[in-house]
Amino acid sequence: MIEITATSPLHHFPGGIHPPEQKALANQTPIQRLPLAPMLYIPLRQHSGPAGELCVQVGDHVLKGQALTQPGVDNGLPVHASTSGTIVAIQDHPLNHPSGFSGPTAYLQPDGAEQWIERQPIDDLSRLSHREILMHLQLMGIAGLGGAGFPTARKVAGAQGIDLLIINGVECEPYIVADDRLMREHAAEIVRGSQLLQTITAAKQVVIAVEDNKPEAIAAFETVLAADANVTNTMILRVVPTRYPSGGEKQLIQVLTGLQVPADQLPADIGILVQNVGTAFAVARAIDHGEPLIERVVTITGQALSKPGTAWIPLGTPIDHILSVSGFQPANKQRVIIGGPMMGYTIASLQVPVIKTTNCILAPSAKELAPPEHEMACIRCGACEQVCPASLLPQQLQWLAKAKDYDGLKQHHLADCIECGACAYVCPSEIPLVQYYRQAKAEIREQLIEQQKSEIARQRFEARQARLEREKEERLEKHRKAAEARKAAQAARADSGEEDPVKAALARVKAKKAAQQAAEPASESTDAPADDKKAQVAAAVARAKARKAEREAALAQADDQQKADDDKKAQVAAAVARAKARKAERDAAAQQEKQEDGESS
Amino acid sequence: MSWLLGILALAVLALVAGLILGFAAIRFRVESDPIVEQIDNLLPQTQCGQCGYPGCRPYAEAIANGDEINKCPPGGQATIDKLADLLGREAKPLDAAHGEEDVKKVAVIREDECIGCTKCIQACPVDAILGAARQMHTVIADECTGCDLCVEPCPVDCIDMVAVAVKPERWKWNLDQIPIQDITASSEHSNSEDKQVQTQ
Amino acid sequence: MSFFIASSPHNHQKRTTSRLMQLVLLAMVPGVLAQFYFFGWGIVWQLLIAGFTAVCAESLCLIARERSPLRGLQDYSALVTAALLAVSIPPLAPWWVIVIGTIFAIVVVKHLFGGIGHNIFNPAMAAYVLLLISFPVQMTSWLPPVTLSGESIGWWDSLRLILVQYTSAGYSVDQVRAVATGQLFDAVVMATPLDQIKTDLAQGLTLSESLSKPIFGAFAGHGWLWVNVAYLFGGLMLLQQRIIQWHIPAALLGALAVAAIIGSLAAPDALPGLNIHLFSGGTMLAAFFIATDPVSAATSNRGKLIYAALVGVLIYVIRSFGGYPDAIAFAVLLANLCVPVIDQYTRPTAYGQAGGQR
Repeated sequence: MIEITATSPLHHFPGGIHPPEQKALANQTPIQRLPLAPMLYIPLRQHSGPAGELCVQVGDHVLKGQALTQPGVDNGLPVHASTSGTIVAIQDHPLNHPSGFSGPTAYLQPDGAEQWIERQPIDDLSRLSHREILMHLQLMGIAGLGGAGFPTARKVAGAQGIDLLIINGVECEPYIVADDRLMREHAAEIVRGSQLLQTITAAKQVVIAVEDNKPEAIAAFETVLAADANVTNTMILRVVPTRYPSGGEKQLIQVLTGLQVPADQLPADIGILVQNVGTAFAVARAIDHGEPLIERVVTITGQALSKPGTAWIPLGTPIDHILSVSGFQPANKQRVIIGGPMMGYTIASLQVPVIKTTNCILAPSAKELAPPEHEMACIRCGACEQVCPASLLPQQLQWLAKAKDYDGLKQHHLADCIECGACAYVCPSEIPLVQYYRQAKAEIREQLIEQQKSEIARQRFEARQARLEREKEERLEKHRKAAEARKAAQAARADSGEEDPVKAALARVKAKKAAQQAAEPASESTDAPADDKKAQVAAAVARAKARKAEREAALAQADDQQKADDDKKAQVAAAVARAKARKAERDAAAQQEKQEDGESS
Repeated sequence: MSWLLGILALAVLALVAGLILGFAAIRFRVESDPIVEQIDNLLPQTQCGQCGYPGCRPYAEAIANGDEINKCPPGGQATIDKLADLLGREAKPLDAAHGEEDVKKVAVIREDECIGCTKCIQACPVDAILGAARQMHTVIADECTGCDLCVEPCPVDCIDMVAVAVKPERWKWNLDQIPIQDITASSEHSNSEDKQVQTQ
Repeated sequence: MSFFIASSPHNHQKRTTSRLMQLVLLAMVPGVLAQFYFFGWGIVWQLLIAGFTAVCAESLCLIARERSPLRGLQDYSALVTAALLAVSIPPLAPWWVIVIGTIFAIVVVKHLFGGIGHNIFNPAMAAYVLLLISFPVQMTSWLPPVTLSGESIGWWDSLRLILVQYTSAGYSVDQVRAVATGQLFDAVVMATPLDQIKTDLAQGLTLSESLSKPIFGAFAGHGWLWVNVAYLFGGLMLLQQRIIQWHIPAALLGALAVAAIIGSLAAPDALPGLNIHLFSGGTMLAAFFIATDPVSAATSNRGKLIYAALVGVLIYVIRSFGGYPDAIAFAVLLANLCVPVIDQYTRPTAYGQAGGQR
């Protein structure tokens, strides 16, 4: 049983760093509302886990908050229209993902009316079953807003009757102030959301954790908590010292409770659930107001912007719209980072939309975040090891990753790396350690998938071999049985003195053959129905061949067209090819005709 | 006399050492997979037959009997290295006579052209093609090993080997492969090349 | 204009390897100044020759290995190696001693093992050992401190002694040493204080008799005390700047001190005490500048403590019972050999691997 009081001692996680915070850039002004973008790009999948099933069509007029996807067979998390408007296209669009890949996206053209769909708030949680509440959260599209965007309903479903619910308002990453502003301005609703989450999970205690560099947020919570006497029994505020990455789920658990989440388990397994303050806010909106997750607070910051700040951004708003209204002055080799400077990723296209997990858009100048320099050799200085919050050996992992020693990496617990970037931040040789770890992790994951696939392939192959073997034996067995039966019948007939059926059959065959030879021309017509199918197949084969030839000809033509000097040659070749194709066609037709002749005669 | 003693002493020593070793071999025996199993585990199980054997296991048996380890194009250099490591042989480059390493592919049947001949079904080593005589066939993409064996038998040539598209969640963090866009060009909302995805 | 794709983290502390090495060089300045004050111009020439040789050797190695020499030199590690070797050898040793040593350190110990970060031995110390066992005479020919003999050799004569082994007046190194030492010790071979103790003890003198000789001050070796204090000061600067962690110097000095106290309690007349051990040889240089070489030291904090304590104990054992008066190089090399084992057994427990409890 974990119990935390307002005075229980805080613990330390190993390592950690103090990078320049740079939060004052954006946290001085209230959360604004920017003008609506001319087009919203709403990716059908904005979170970890499967995508939902599409339930609108191109041309549909949708209302604000209307679901564009439904959970479907995979129980995916729905996405919703962030405003009212028309779905003008559903097609691939650059995803908000470090890979720069494209993925299915709904293009929503706003009509500017902001017309809401009918919202269905839940007045009284107790009237609904636990399952219905979780379904409501799922349908409202609530995902974790702090990290990878894990569907909240699922996370909550796996954490029933826990000891401790931690509401994470630490926001330790430099620059990012979205949670900070949200806590300052909406502390009451966050507390409300925390209470709802507590009710849903039946958590015995709730701790709101805030880093000590956010005095305004702390004051806001203190006011709200002091005003509500019955809250204070189960909900307390803990201020944790500023140190990156104390906002990491595992690190925060360690700071507050001194416990470590065992490597292959979830926090819920030791009776703890961590939810971000933004998620708590979204839960409150979803239950009290029936509002799905269609907008979030985004930090817009960096010295390449003349108007940094925070804003409520409708999901799907393209980054370039946000940047252009924030006074973006790009330099050459400009980096635009989604997330903070420690764990964020650069994007290659400004068409990328804001999604549920986008908490910060950072456009730094080269001066404030110097671009990476040339990687030098590791001098084993051990600085990385001093700062690793997971007590790993980053330099050792780096050697192993470079040597592609995946077994060694597993032994050194690469999987426990949270990719916080502290090691690379302090590395004097500027080795992009995290990049090496990510690639190694991806490779290990890929090998695992391939291994599973090949195991399945092996099983299927062996099953097929066994089946073929079995069928062969069955066939032999059948033949043997038939032969035996024949023998037995023969013997029986011989006993009864009947005429030998084999001899009789042979005689019949002979007679038939003679008859056939006599009526040769007519023979084909008797087989016509059977040949009909054969002919069709042959025709199809011929057609395919013809098509192939045609394709080749076209290819040759296309090839040759490029070579202007070989124009004549090309024409000749094309002509030859065409002739060939025609011939093939003719052949096919002739064959068909022949068949048809046979039929008609 | 002394030389006899020496020989005797050595013989006794050898006997004792032999007994100890023999005892240790039985007592501390490490159960390991037979070598064929271990080799088979390293092979990619595409069952493509590019090595010249009818499937991965027969090739594993052949390797165990001394065949070359560089005849498996789907496994590529990685598999060769692992085999070399396991067998203590030299890692050779892939034998080009058996094919070259290629991107992962999956077979796709152009279904409107399929005549339902079942020839591909018979060719598929892992039963990954679904269909019946004179019915349209289709490939179970998740089970397809990309072995290529169904393409040849198809009389109407309606099977394509399509490179498997990488999904974002299986991306390998190759930052260098991300095409760099021009800021000026990216401000235009052009997506003409993007394919229309299926709507419900 | 285009976007720049980079891996996170996008922020960096910007304390680069070159900067670290520059600061190490800077921190050596007090010690070098002290050596200059007590032993004359020799140290300056040795540093210059070593530095020049190191840069040339490093460049050639990098070119041979098809790396950019400019980029490789930027990390200053070759200069640090050269400096450590130069301050370790007698100031008037012939030029080829330091050249051979530096080349060996850079080419064999560093680059043949794979370049910076890959060497298992401390290059400067490996080179020192090579020189010591190859040229024992040259490597033990220390002059008495200038402040003691009153014989200061000018910068030109120092250079001549190093390059051509004769001063402008035609004296050889041995003659200069004879003059310098003759005024003091009746032509007894002059050595370092630790050497003196070793020789005296071997000749049947007691420790206190040996310590009463003029080469020893009231507390420790004359001059050497201040050299050590200067290196201690430089080392504390490194600590304060967080270039090095406290683990290695503390464990090394601690282990040496404990061993010295136990030894002098057990045999007060045969084994020199704490003050001699800490302030008469190259102890402070070793504790703050040599053993802290990250490449060849253990990595985890616990590992560093074990590694440095091992160095400390080995220094004591070799000094007291071995054949060599000072033992930094041997102790460091032996401990270097143990680093892989130490690293293997001092791996920290990763998060969540301890069964959920701390």
